Amino acid sequence: MAIKTDAVGKEWPATTYQVGREKIKEYANALGIENPVHRDVEAARAAGFRDVVAPPMFAVVYSSPAVGPAMFDPDVAMNFAAMVHGAQVFEWGEPACSGDEITTTAKCVSIEEKAGNGFYVFETNAVNQDGAQVVRGTWTCIVRGV
Amino acid sequence: MADVNVGDQVPELRVTPDKYLPHRYAGASGDFNPIHIDDEFAKAVGLPRNILHGLYSMGLVARASAQGLAGGDPRALKRLSVQFRGMGLPEQEVVVTGEIQSVDANRVVVATEAAQGETRIIRNAEATLEL
Repeated sequence: MAIKTDAVGKEWPATTYQVGREKIKEYANALGIENPVHRDVEAARAAGFRDVVAPPMFAVVYSSPAVGPAMFDPDVAMNFAAMVHGAQVFEWGEPACSGDEITTTAKCVSIEEKAGNGFYVFETNAVNQDGAQVVRGTWTCIVRGV
Repeated sequence: MADVNVGDQVPELRVTPDKYLPHRYAGASGDFNPIHIDDEFAKAVGLPRNILHGLYSMGLVARASAQGLAGGDPRALKRLSVQFRGMGLPEQEVVVTGEIQSVDANRVVVATEAAQGETRIIRNAEATLEL
């Protein structure tokens, strides 16, 4: 059976996410990241940030609400029972700080079959309230036995 | 910038996620997929037990490079590319290692991976930092 590729090029509506100090702290605690710039506004300002700053991989917190609907879209039609998150790339620009409002869009960039497995690739692009690029993500899902 | 040279090892990061870490990471990240937080569900779908979130393990890889090379400065990491392979399990030590691949002015590229024992849970990872 040929893999369904109709969703390639499809874009999903943008999501917005308000970055907050307590959420940054919760994320830093889960990862065991100890730098006070993730918890203390004075330490963050002394280091040159507008406010408490998020660790880079906090990108998953504000990017996931954008990419989730893309992955679950019936047009994409991934078989979740056989799906694994295969690979991930993030490229960072401006740091995300508490108070930022981050807008993220998602797009399906490719669907390919390789050696009987399906490779579904999505891109997310996140910008802050000033229009500055915050992070670009490339999400690769692998579906075994398509 | 710090004195870094091609072939140098990044200081190793060792973390043992406790039994409830996947629950705390689920709350922090918003990813409540039951394979990570429900042991019974995980076993019912053929996994050995509930498994670590791949993006948590990627977070440890990011932490190791930023902490080891940039004093934890969140501005240093510019790009991180990983492949998720073997399953990560709670209550087993994760070891993140890395080696400097290239140095170009202040831009450093690190080849890095995360493993639990013999199982490499993050492989072929590449981190780019500006120091």
